[in-house]
Amino acid sequence: MSSIDPRIDRLELPANEDGKEVMNKLEQWETYEVFHQKKRGDQHIHVGIVHAVTPEMAIILAKEQYTRRRQTSNLWVVRTADVTATAYDDADMFESTPEKTYREASDYYCMDRIRKYQLEHGIKDRKEDRRKVKEAE
Amino acid sequence: MYGNAQIDPKEKAKSLTDGEDPVLLAEFEARVSAGEKVEPKDWMPAAYRKQLIRMIEQHAHSEIIGALPEGTWITRAPGFRRKLALMAKVQDEVGHAQLLYSAAETLGKTREDMINDLINGKSKYSNVFNYPAMTWADTAIIAWLIDAGAIINQVTNSKGSYGPYCRALERICSEESFHLKYGHDNVVYLATGTPQQRDMVQDALNRWWTPIMHFHGPPDKISQHTEVLMKWKVKMASNDDMRHKFLEEYVPKIWDLGLTIPDPNLRKNPDTGVWEYTEPDWEEFKRVINGDGPCNKERLQVRRWAEEKGAWVRKALLKAETKYTVPLA
Ligand SMILES: [Fe+2]
Ligand SMILES: [Fe+2]
Repeated sequence: MSSIDPRIDRLELPANEDGKEVMNKLEQWETYEVFHQKKRGDQHIHVGIVHAVTPEMAIILAKEQYTRRRQTSNLWVVRTADVTATAYDDADMFESTPEKTYREASDYYCMDRIRKYQLEHGIKDRKEDRRKVKEAE
Repeated sequence: MYGNAQIDPKEKAKSLTDGEDPVLLAEFEARVSAGEKVEPKDWMPAAYRKQLIRMIEQHAHSEIIGALPEGTWITRAPGFRRKLALMAKVQDEVGHAQLLYSAAETLGKTREDMINDLINGKSKYSNVFNYPAMTWADTAIIAWLIDAGAIINQVTNSKGSYGPYCRALERICSEESFHLKYGHDNVVYLATGTPQQRDMVQDALNRWWTPIMHFHGPPDKISQHTEVLMKWKVKMASNDDMRHKFLEEYVPKIWDLGLTIPDPNLRKNPDTGVWEYTEPDWEEFKRVINGDGPCNKERLQVRRWAEEKGAWVRKALLKAETKYTVPLA
């Protein structure tokens, strides 16, 4: 066989017609999940995986794969097998039920009550002067 | 065909939804049509999983094999800056392969199985990489115009329904802008250079025009199959639509340089706004994709050589207690 690439021509390339499998089970080891922090103060964000044998190797490969272009201050790697996650099927457990509105800031409004009390008791509204100026404009 | 997997014609008879639970299927389709992403452990129709594995895997193979024609010229790049840039681009492409293999893995096919299927020819990759990069100018045309085609495909597919694939594509697209600029700069440099350089880049364009027109795959047959894949947001645009987008954006830029495109019928119809062209030889496309192209053998042999020569290192490092867990996302 003749290639236009001299480096390939120098190789003794194996024939490739027997349909033989070259890659055995687990030959690509296991996977690590990679978390990337852009700059100090930011959250670490999951960016993908690498295949590695040890955490140290995973860090080297993660640097190669996920920081080629990106500003980076820190990387974490975690064995995929060590991650515990919720199931998407159970996502309904995160839904807020209507009777839990007492947890929302938007459920608390008392200005009407304050205004009513002020009118009944002759307390001057702090914001009244400002309102008048605005209306005059 | 980059991320537009070739569908085995024998499979078309069977419906994609045969044997699926109608309730789960309806829920799944509602999620997809609402624009929600599907994540790895979600229920999904078997045909959705199968088609996505095939598509993402082929895309990954295309990236890794696509590094070879351009890689040919690293040692002979004209100047140090060009050499560094080409090395960076080729490294990116191999990185793209890794991102895509990872996305396909989340669907349950191991990287070992994917690499085996690439090497034994069961799994395809983009047809265009079965052609040689005859000169330095070919690498310029590849980096500019093949990558341009790839970007159109990848941006389109990044709007699809499968979360891990979309995320991988977004990362990939952010690196492609360098490839495109680098390729364009290279072509412009040659096209505005000496008469010899101009001839060289014109020749390269002539050689690559058919593969470029092949890039997005043959016109889709209108079938129920295609309709379902579009509904599931696996296929995001027809091959012809993507080809049209490419012509719309890049033909004027090629003509700007005074280069000739080897198709006398190529023109934008002023009344319809539609690009007209001679259909490329689709028989050649079929022949090459089925193994009979100028470089098919070499490409796979190189891959096989690399895997076989590296095996002892991977085996020496493998710990006996290693267990494989499917990646999370
Ligand atoms: Fe790429
Ligand atoms: Fe690229």
